[in-house]
Amino acid sequence: MNRVVVLTIKVLLWVTAVVVPCFVGMLLFFLLDKGLPVISLKLLFGDVAPVKALLLRERVFDGIFPAMAGTFLVVLLSVMWAIPMGVLSGIYVAEFAGGTVKKILDISFDVLASVPSIVIGLFGLTLAIFLHKNISHRIYPCLLISSAALAILILPYIVRTTELSIESVSLPLRLAGLSLGATKQRNLLSVILPRCSGGILSGVILATGRAAEDTAVIMLTGVVASAGIPHSLFSRFEALPFYIYYISSQYADQYELKKGFGAAIVLLIITGMLFGFAHLLKKLVARKINGFD
Amino acid sequence: MMDCRRKAQISRAILVLSTVVTGSMALVIFLFLFRFSLPLFSSGSLGKFLSKNWDPDAGAFGVYPMIAGSACIASLAMVLAAPLGVALAVFMELYAGSRFSRFLRYFVELMSGIPTVVYGFSALFILVPLVRNTFRYGSGFCVLSASLVLALLVIPTVSLITMDRIREVPRDFVLAAGSLGASRLETLLRVQLPYAWRGVISAVVLGGGRALGDTIIALMLAGNAVSVPSSLLDSARTLTAHIALVSAADYESLSFKAIFLCGLVLFLFSMFSIVFLRVVERLKE
Repeated sequence: MNRVVVLTIKVLLWVTAVVVPCFVGMLLFFLLDKGLPVISLKLLFGDVAPVKALLLRERVFDGIFPAMAGTFLVVLLSVMWAIPMGVLSGIYVAEFAGGTVKKILDISFDVLASVPSIVIGLFGLTLAIFLHKNISHRIYPCLLISSAALAILILPYIVRTTELSIESVSLPLRLAGLSLGATKQRNLLSVILPRCSGGILSGVILATGRAAEDTAVIMLTGVVASAGIPHSLFSRFEALPFYIYYISSQYADQYELKKGFGAAIVLLIITGMLFGFAHLLKKLVARKINGFD
Repeated sequence: MMDCRRKAQISRAILVLSTVVTGSMALVIFLFLFRFSLPLFSSGSLGKFLSKNWDPDAGAFGVYPMIAGSACIASLAMVLAAPLGVALAVFMELYAGSRFSRFLRYFVELMSGIPTVVYGFSALFILVPLVRNTFRYGSGFCVLSASLVLALLVIPTVSLITMDRIREVPRDFVLAAGSLGASRLETLLRVQLPYAWRGVISAVVLGGGRALGDTIIALMLAGNAVSVPSSLLDSARTLTAHIALVSAADYESLSFKAIFLCGLVLFLFSMFSIVFLRVVERLKE
């Protein structure tokens, strides 16, 4: 290649490599600059004593504690639905499904993974309406519906990581158990699954992060701006991402806006920790597999 | 105590059952959307719903402006994100092993973990005023603002997939190019990137799907005006934002039913993009 062309391409590559991080860095720096001074117990609990708030003795009106608790509960519930379903399906796809069935399942999970989250939220809303009309008039969009919809959102990720982790177990290792007389089930439970539990776990944590940051699904399925700590599966709830969105469109004064910045940082820290942990785990798993086989 | 075979049968049945539920989920969602937008098809008024007017009070429920809004915002985001994402991938490979390249890799992975609502919130107070003051036109809530931030959202998808696919190019090809006197850059651009063209297409299509499917950034930054945008500085509303903005007070209303048409359009698009990718990956050299 011509020297001028090479030089131009290299300059363009360097510009990209510098400009993109700078742009993101600018957005993050701005956020930290505005939000860090606000981070305090007052941001979380308002004027209520933290102990009383944590023990649910007193409701927090002026802090983001209810939103954090709501996010925690809805994510916990959704992961509880999604893990058993996702891992079992992943095992089936990797170990038992063959030929056409596997192809159909693969496409189905790919499509599910690519469905926009707002459409899944819309599905959840429709489900709530359907249940309201046909099962019980007491059912409205609520914690239960939201967590189920979030579970649908993260299902394909859990299925995929389970499937890939199981398929990455090497053939000699698989055969060793079988040749010692283990049944297929026994071999799966005692040899293959323990071997890839780290990989599955890192996938689950990544999926948890996705569930925690998603706003679109919960928006249509039961999140509200002010609800306190939810008391049952059928009550409405608050959540951090929605709180941030709500503040951005409805803030009344500078103090509320500052709380929005604080909440954004808290959400960033939560998802950042989840992603960091998942990546660390993935790296450890990769090292273990490479070092062993 | 149960014998082994019985246990195996039961565990197998549990596996099959959960797979049937999860595997049919995409189909169930499609059927729900289809069922609820069916009244629109059967009433023969589909044309009305694809018209340019959205004014529920006047009985006009056209979702065409939202389709146009989605198309504009997502395609502009991809025009930015596709070259930038691929360039980042090439850069990381070109200087693989260097400290800056490693930092960049971590940074791009970090970017993929930033919540979209955080991007939106930050951009609302820094990018929107910037756009407003730079162009001195409108409010700053426009196609351009939303696309810029969406591009940031999509870049990690494009560059991480592209990089993985560049690395999958057989080692022999790379070595052969090197032994013919090609520099590292020439090998990347003339051998590895062309060899991995399907990967690049996958990366761009999947990234495009993310851009089209994201709700919160367009909702926060594009202004949500119901009209076909005629310039980058015009406000627009995407299909996703339109669904999010529905006031679901009356589930029987036509404006609520039109929402399902938006959902159906989004679903069909993501389905076709997946099928398209399958076809592309199958193509022979």
